[in-house]
Amino acid sequence: MKTTILQKPASFYDEFTQKGGAQLANTHYCPGCGHGILHKLIAEAVSDFGIQDKTVLISPVGCSVFAYYYFDVGNIQAAHGRAPAVATGYKRSNPESIVISYQGDGDLAAIGANEILQAANRGEQMTVFFVNNAIYGMTGGQMAPTTLIGQKSTTTPRGRTMQNEGYPLRMAEIIATLEAPVYVERVMMTDPKNIARTRKAVRKALKIQMEKKGFSFVEVLSGCPTGLKMTPVNTKNWITDVLSKYFEPGVKKDESEDREPIITLHPDPHFEEYHELLDIRSLSDKVKGVKLSAVKEMVDEIKIAGFGGQGVLSLGYALANIAMGHNYKVSWLPSYGPEMRGGTANCSVKISDKRISSPMIDNPTVLVAMNKPSLQKFVDDVQPGGVILYDSGLIDEAPKRNDVTVIGIPATAEADKLGSTKAANMVMLGAYAKIRGYLSNDYVKQALPLIIKNKSFHKLNEDAFKRGMELVKNS
Amino acid sequence: MSKVLIKGNEAVVRGALLAGCKNFFGYPITPASEIAETAAYYFPLLGGTFLQAESEIGAINMVYGAASSKARCMTASSSPGMSLKMEGISYIAGAELPCVIIDIMRGGPGLGNIAPEQADYNQIIKGGGHGSYSLIVVAPNSAQEMCDLTMLAFELSDKYRNPAVVLADGIIGQMMEPVEFPEPVQTMPDRPWAVSGTIDSHHLICSIQLDPDMLEAHNLALQAKYARIAENEIRYEAIQCDDAEHILVGYGIVSRILQGVMEQLRTEGYKVGLMRPITLSPFPTPQLIAFAENNNVKSLFVCELSAGQMVDDVRLAVNGRKPVHLYTRMGGKVPTVKEIVEKFKESI
Ligand SMILES: Cc1ncc(C[n+]2csc(CCOP(=O)(O)OP(=O)(O)O)c2C)c(N)n1
Repeated sequence: MKTTILQKPASFYDEFTQKGGAQLANTHYCPGCGHGILHKLIAEAVSDFGIQDKTVLISPVGCSVFAYYYFDVGNIQAAHGRAPAVATGYKRSNPESIVISYQGDGDLAAIGANEILQAANRGEQMTVFFVNNAIYGMTGGQMAPTTLIGQKSTTTPRGRTMQNEGYPLRMAEIIATLEAPVYVERVMMTDPKNIARTRKAVRKALKIQMEKKGFSFVEVLSGCPTGLKMTPVNTKNWITDVLSKYFEPGVKKDESEDREPIITLHPDPHFEEYHELLDIRSLSDKVKGVKLSAVKEMVDEIKIAGFGGQGVLSLGYALANIAMGHNYKVSWLPSYGPEMRGGTANCSVKISDKRISSPMIDNPTVLVAMNKPSLQKFVDDVQPGGVILYDSGLIDEAPKRNDVTVIGIPATAEADKLGSTKAANMVMLGAYAKIRGYLSNDYVKQALPLIIKNKSFHKLNEDAFKRGMELVKNS
Repeated sequence: MSKVLIKGNEAVVRGALLAGCKNFFGYPITPASEIAETAAYYFPLLGGTFLQAESEIGAINMVYGAASSKARCMTASSSPGMSLKMEGISYIAGAELPCVIIDIMRGGPGLGNIAPEQADYNQIIKGGGHGSYSLIVVAPNSAQEMCDLTMLAFELSDKYRNPAVVLADGIIGQMMEPVEFPEPVQTMPDRPWAVSGTIDSHHLICSIQLDPDMLEAHNLALQAKYARIAENEIRYEAIQCDDAEHILVGYGIVSRILQGVMEQLRTEGYKVGLMRPITLSPFPTPQLIAFAENNNVKSLFVCELSAGQMVDDVRLAVNGRKPVHLYTRMGGKVPTVKEIVEKFKESI
């Protein structure tokens, strides 16, 4: 009783040459196996619907791994259990295709349980044919997630027990509880009447995808005489009398009438718009009419530290950006990993006329300390001859170093006076600019609003920067 | 010159989109999450797809599916996520599909931490998945290269029908530097082998070959391809190596620190040079052999953020002809210039 396909649908190859062997008209499936019949029903539908060229079949790991021997369509062979993810990737890339994920019970309900659930839950535009034969066929009759309680297999030699393996999984019912799937049905391939039902379900499931309505799932109770160690006839009887009592055939969910097609429109911008859309237009293109002085020989290594929320990262970002605008080489590195503890944040900014080697700073030339813990942490690292700027409003004790320039700036208090604590970082930026003297005020004025884009801060930041410069003058 | 100050992780996404990548599938993990977040924002703007997958396994298999089509695709992750992707990568390599995978390495083993390490080297270069496959692996050391080498990875991946990995560490991903972005690539290479849903593309994408003769032939073809890649695509940077007596070797963030080490040692009169592999696979073996055979060269000094993985490839190339010293830090500790300078002096 080999499955010899007499009338081949056009979506089948004329001869199964990839299979090899003598009988090129036959499939590799065993007598009584459900895969061959289901293949034929699918191929027929694909031909009848005129979708052969658009169809992409994802074959799983399992006995149907060689589905591509037979289907004259686009074929992708997936890893064990991953067909729904592969189908997702393909379909997202080529939405006009018709994608079929064809899977066995081990593939879909055990190793690939997550992939199928998630694809179903996303409502991927795909059709899943799920062959439930209650056994692992390919690997020689081991237990499947759908093996029945009491059923013997090579890995349940005394029969599956609830205590050891748990209960068989009813995938159609599980999938039907999800919101997204459009249509879920369980059918069986035991007799002409039920095969006709299966044929109808296969067609309906494909139609739903053609109409772009979403995800459909057909579970097919199917025979595996070899794995089950029964004759083909007994297998059919067993499906009817036993298997289908636990896995009840029927429509589990059908919203195909109520669903509208889901069509995602993708924009198609011209290449010339890419840089604008990707926010990679340079700052210097936007800052107009500023004459910058020549780049000086310099290596400034600035450590900026404070509480999270004091804007230390954006202070560093603004500084690095502005220095870059003045044609210096720069790098900015946030505190990251084990350094980030106890709500403090810091960043390292390097500014130089030469290529910057390591972006990390061991001994800063400038320390900007916005709170006491930060000052304590870094005060001893500052290079002799360096500068410490600290928030003298928040830090009650001046740093004790007489080999560096120490300047207290009540940045937070001054920012408060200007209208918001949040501008304290820009007060410090002003102080830095004043001390170092290589940044153009005109450039900063134009660049700051482009760097810190929030409009409500534009005026405030400008004032805070100016105030910072004045505070250095006065100190 | 028109430059933008930008994070390495964000430069990767810009580079990918400028290279014409259309599909991104990812799963969040620090310190690579910004890549997915940036992709989620920009891919749809340019008409592409961003999808957060159910896991790294889901993501890499979505890549497998999308890579079978005409459009370019990618994923990004960090070390623990890469471990999960290994099965999929083996399939992609076996089926010879082009795609780009970004790995922003973090501390391991296990959950480790989110600080920078370079301990995925063996997993990525030697094949963490099963089978005799090789990936194309590039190792950026700046934000600029995060863009440029991502674009190169796409190009090489299509050219050789082979998955390509951008192997970076947490610091290279987190660091901001000026980047000059190129114009977008406007014409994509043809993919006549792709499954494209047309009458002439009833192709088969698979990695299964039951017949040992055929599978051996397939493996030999793969090895021949890797040899071609090695012949044509090695990239490295050699700085002040011409008169060097000692060659510092490191990639990624370590190469930036070694640059500082080299500058420091040169001011003290040591004749040191820096050799930085840009492609880790293919590995610049011929260039290292040349150092080993150069009478000027007295020793090589390798620094890595792992127990020492790349050093094996350096030693294979040098093959005992010169001493190869190793200094490593692990667990997210990054050595300072001063520290390495001392270790170097002890080594000679
Ligand atoms: C990762 C992985 N694990 C295990 C296997 C071995 N394997 C191949 S087929 C199969 C079971 C397939 O059973 P099922 O999905 O029920 O399909 P059937 O063969 O019954 O049609 C297994 C476990 C594999 N190929 N890959």
